[in-house]
Amino acid sequence: MAYRSSVDIHTEWDIVAARQLGRNEAKKIGFGTVDQARITTAISELARNIYLYAGTGKIEIERLNEKGIFGIAIIASDEGPGIADVRKVMEDGFSTSGGLGAGMPGVKRLMDDFRIDTEKGKGTTITAIKWLR
Amino acid sequence: MHRKVPKFVETHLDEIIERWKQLMKEDHGDRFFQIMPDEVVEKTSHEFAGLIVSNLTEDGQMYESKLHDFSERIVRLGWSITLVMKAIENFSDTVYEMLWEAEVINDSNVAEYFEVLNGWIRPLREEVVEAYSNTWERTVSLQKIALQELSASLIPVVDKVSVMPLVGTIDTERAKLIMENLLEGVVRHRSEVVLLDITGVPVVDTMVAHHIIQAADAVRLVGARCMLVGIRPEIAQTIVALGIDLNEFTTTSTLQRGMQEALALTNRQIVEVDE
Repeated sequence: MAYRSSVDIHTEWDIVAARQLGRNEAKKIGFGTVDQARITTAISELARNIYLYAGTGKIEIERLNEKGIFGIAIIASDEGPGIADVRKVMEDGFSTSGGLGAGMPGVKRLMDDFRIDTEKGKGTTITAIKWLR
Repeated sequence: MHRKVPKFVETHLDEIIERWKQLMKEDHGDRFFQIMPDEVVEKTSHEFAGLIVSNLTEDGQMYESKLHDFSERIVRLGWSITLVMKAIENFSDTVYEMLWEAEVINDSNVAEYFEVLNGWIRPLREEVVEAYSNTWERTVSLQKIALQELSASLIPVVDKVSVMPLVGTIDTERAKLIMENLLEGVVRHRSEVVLLDITGVPVVDTMVAHHIIQAADAVRLVGARCMLVGIRPEIAQTIVALGIDLNEFTTTSTLQRGMQEALALTNRQIVEVDE
């Protein structure tokens, strides 16, 4: 069982808590400042999406070690409304809340691996991974 | 019946406290007594017992004000609320046990005694919880005010040029405040150029960028220009990765460079004076 820690997202301030956790973990794994900023920004986006669209959910941070290559996984899960059109949210500039619409495609670009599991009415789980090189 | 209990507590106080301490030790180990100096434990537990006694001997109002003082003092000692709750519970358990042993309570009157014991402990618990939550609420609201005080003030630096240094996390509430202060300040100081300094902002995500872009748009509407300064290298990279378009901004890495640009925009420059 890999090392995993989590933050529940209920309020806007929990986003800060999730970010802080991610930054500390990334630092411990050995990521540099640029990657730390990438990881915390990705967490910020994912946590904010939970807060905005699902209301509550959680951010889990997992340390990865695959054949000696270290990495960090951000798992954002909620039991919200789900994403109606996954292709659409991955387009730049698409937003249903009047934001910039750069969040989801941005997270994909900030991280190395990115996966969305969503079911309408059931919720969404997004896994984003960054490897240490 | 009601009188017997306080009397019992009063006369057996030392033994009760001894056994209560034992119980606390079993629950929390020696750690409990290490973090509290002996005389504080001694004094507080005696006072607590005294309070329980006075509950039944004095009139309601007197007891309430005493109870209030006591719980306020407990909070100020800085112990965790779980510990204090456990201490109260253990204390009442001890008294209950000893009443059984002394055969003051027996099977026939246990229900009635239970009522009496509960009548002491419940208000005490409620009062302690309330004192704790009041303290927390006060702390939170004071910190909110403190945070607001250091939020976003617009500083006129030279004629026509103002700076707004942003420090810390930007949430929706602060973003609103930034916008208000920015617009109000620009108009009041008749600024032509405003420098938004984000050196102290730890994370620039799409929401923060969105607020900054909106603020800049609003500044343009009141006839001034907004510049974004203090962009650290790692922030620059995340902004690019996120695909945020800041092309309409003049941006610089440091406030110093930003100042030079701002002066150039208002047709001025800094020159060295020959002595």
